[in-house]
Amino acid sequence: MDGPARQRALSASLLRSDDAADATHLADDYRLLAHDLARARTLLPDSRTREYLEAAYARAHATLHRGAWHIGSELLTLFRDEIPAVVRSLRPYIIWSTTIFALAALAGYALVHRYPELIALFASPDLIATVERGKLWTEGLLNIVPSSVLSVQILSRNISVSLFAYCAGFLFGLGTLYILGLNGLMLGAVFAFVSRHGLGGPLASFIVAHGCVELSVLCLSGAAGAAVGEALVRPTHAGRIESFRIAALRSGKLLIACVALLVGCGLIEGYVSPNPGVALWARLGVGVGYWLFMLALLSGRLFGRRAAHPR
Amino acid sequence: MSGPVRDLTVDSVTGIDVSLPVAGPGARAYAFLLDWHIRLIVALAWFVVGALLYNGRPSLAPPLSNDARWFGTVVAPALAIYFLYHCVLELAMRGSTPGKRMAGVRLVARDGGSPSAGALLTRNVFRLVDSLPLCYGVGLISVVLTRDHLRIGDMAAGTLLVFERAEARLPGSAAAAARGAGHLDAAGAEIVAELLERWSTLTPEARQRLARQVLERYGGGEPAASGGDPDAAWRAELERLASSR
Repeated sequence: MDGPARQRALSASLLRSDDAADATHLADDYRLLAHDLARARTLLPDSRTREYLEAAYARAHATLHRGAWHIGSELLTLFRDEIPAVVRSLRPYIIWSTTIFALAALAGYALVHRYPELIALFASPDLIATVERGKLWTEGLLNIVPSSVLSVQILSRNISVSLFAYCAGFLFGLGTLYILGLNGLMLGAVFAFVSRHGLGGPLASFIVAHGCVELSVLCLSGAAGAAVGEALVRPTHAGRIESFRIAALRSGKLLIACVALLVGCGLIEGYVSPNPGVALWARLGVGVGYWLFMLALLSGRLFGRRAAHPR
Repeated sequence: MSGPVRDLTVDSVTGIDVSLPVAGPGARAYAFLLDWHIRLIVALAWFVVGALLYNGRPSLAPPLSNDARWFGTVVAPALAIYFLYHCVLELAMRGSTPGKRMAGVRLVARDGGSPSAGALLTRNVFRLVDSLPLCYGVGLISVVLTRDHLRIGDMAAGTLLVFERAEARLPGSAAAAARGAGHLDAAGAEIVAELLERWSTLTPEARQRLARQVLERYGGGEPAASGGDPDAAWRAELERLASSR
């Protein structure tokens, strides 16, 4: 048996496996190592030689199955091909999660519009007191917190909510439903409350630059979470766990785009939205422009994808 | 329910399956605690050094008003080190972290290979669920209850934590036998290595008797009669057999 010698040669070839000859050599050594291990398992089942060969074989297997690590091309493939494919496959979920969010927002608006005292369920006493004084809590925000700090605080909070909306799909989709519903209710309720005090316009002006994408991303994360939840409720593969794994891995790719978009939202919300010097038309331009950017990103066109594949 | 340590068996193109021992809750917790200490110490070190440099005097006190430089150079990097530690290092080290290395475990995909970047990211996103309600309660229960000791993140990503098996060392005599040298076959090499290792724990009579039997069986000679220590002579003869070429 010459396993150790092969292992040394294998290790040496791993160190300089930068050409085709070494790669071929590595594959040959792996095959011979397997042969030695098979003999050791039969002849010396409880020996250290077998243990040694098991370890060497496992390491060689891991090395051979590691695959090349081309971060640039992998990212390009992810954003150009994979994320658009995920968005297409999640289209029904996106529609449903958006509908649920919109209905919850309408419900929140109607509820507080009809019973204003219910705002206490959705907003803090400080926020209520500020609005009742005829001011928005966003006014003078930059006098208290610098834009950079504000951006990081906002984007980390938004990313947490977005990731939670996705992960909460693990609770058979109910967690995602709860997060979408609660956020929709809060948005509608706060809008109804500020509108009663004549501040609906200024709040819309504050939100428009970052809100278009921020709310869309919440719905996208909810859609990804809903897909995970449905995989558990109605498994499509061998078992629930397998179905869950496939759905989580697939829809999770969308979260990468969501996180990237939320970083942009955080920057806009820190630098543009609270800045009274930015005119409404400019805010609208930023909001609509960033939303179009999001569409280009999610369709893959931003990275050179020309048209959707035929079904 | 968790049972004895089991192996993940992976088919290989050679027809000989790869056997990877699955790490249990103990090894997982050990690796996590090591990583937790590392990230805490590094994040704290950054904070302390950053605060000292920021203040220009031996004080860790934050500024009285919100200051972007304080936040950007002291607080945010320290938080990033603490919260992004697993995510960044698992990607950079292809499924490993310093804590996992020290604990002798690593992450693998179901096929025994390294997990993809997407799988590692998904696994880390699901920490949000695993860490609920506190101290990784959900993850710990899941690890204890599942056959392969998987937390929710592992289920989502299709990953497993396995032992490295790096501790396996081949006895020198077995290596010599494996090179096809000397009179020893692999089984004999194992026996000689075992005997040499246990030499000091055996009585002189027992080890000399065993050494004689081994040498008779594998064609080694008896030590030459001289005035020296007979025990050392038997050992030297065994070592000669083990390393013979």
